[in-house]
Amino acid sequence: MGLLSSRISVTRYKVKGRLDGSVHETVYQSLKQRSIPNIEDDGSDAIVGWTSFENPYAPDFEGYSFVFGAHMVFALRIDKKSIPPKLVRKHCTLEVAKRLADTGRRYLSANEKKTIKDHVVLTLSRRIPATPNVFDLVWDYKEASVWFFSNLKSANEALETLFIKSFGLQLIRLFPYTTADLIAGLSDGERDLLLKLEQSQSER
Amino acid sequence: MLDVAIAYRRYQFLGNEFLTWLWFMIETDQNRLRQYDPDLLSLNIGSRMVFENTRNNAKETITIKGDDANLEEGLVALKKGAVVTEMHLSYKTVGQHWLFSLKGESLNISNLKLPETGPVETPEDLEGVVIEKVYLLEKVIGLVNNLFSQFIKLRVSDTWRNQTVSRIRNWSVS
Repeated sequence: MGLLSSRISVTRYKVKGRLDGSVHETVYQSLKQRSIPNIEDDGSDAIVGWTSFENPYAPDFEGYSFVFGAHMVFALRIDKKSIPPKLVRKHCTLEVAKRLADTGRRYLSANEKKTIKDHVVLTLSRRIPATPNVFDLVWDYKEASVWFFSNLKSANEALETLFIKSFGLQLIRLFPYTTADLIAGLSDGERDLLLKLEQSQSER
Repeated sequence: MLDVAIAYRRYQFLGNEFLTWLWFMIETDQNRLRQYDPDLLSLNIGSRMVFENTRNNAKETITIKGDDANLEEGLVALKKGAVVTEMHLSYKTVGQHWLFSLKGESLNISNLKLPETGPVETPEDLEGVVIEKVYLLEKVIGLVNNLFSQFIKLRVSDTWRNQTVSRIRNWSVS
């Protein structure tokens, strides 16, 4: 999902607010602070962080490498571990059989089965590597605009959350109403009319 | 400003009406579109268009696809009260050609094919290609913003109610 892909999907955003101090230095520090960590030995199922456009698998923002002309270009990376349900079922079945054999009982309680399943999922998630998903973005600071190269709801939500945590700036997604309100250059009077608009009945 | 989630649902009809108006403009007034974008050579419907009719509380979706698809069925859908919810567009300027899909409810751009750029053969090529890609993206996003701005100004005016709606209706039955 990137700027250099042959087919691109774009979600447009307006950035609300301005950064204090040097823009490039502030962005650099924030990217470094929230860059994607290595989670290969971590039990969590998903990790979200920033990565560099040029080297998405080895984040490096040194020398303001995210600056391309008048724009800043970097990427959101979501590393997600997905454990196949059949694998969980296999290991749970084996573990339940072992527990029954060890204790000489014929059944396990629902609570015991849940504990076994939680343990199996945790153990497997430590062994299974996370799959990285990289989504590029272009930030035009002067125009307060961000283009994010994905229309996936989960990726857009992750971006909106990480962006405000990192930079303290809110991203406003540009859909029909927000485009009309923030981009179209409507007068105050036209904005009032916009609020009252209803679907055109005579077309229906 | 309204709460974003509420505004998304409350005004998603605007995006669908925008696409319906845009189809009407493409078919009837390319000169006006050129006034909106002086670089525009042509703007045409591409290979896919999706319609939705929610009349009588039932949701009906009609998809027309294929190169040089016959859009007559789309006009029939419009006559029955449908609106365009998604369209594939072909945008040309002198020597450059963009293809992309635009969704009404979100105004999201997808399946965007930019004009050719130079290859990235060395790390030094990358910066130039990125700047070129960003410029090409700016062109198409600027087109969408510009067309939507023209539409929304018309949509909040009396001209929409008094003239445009009946012009679109007459075109769809002509």
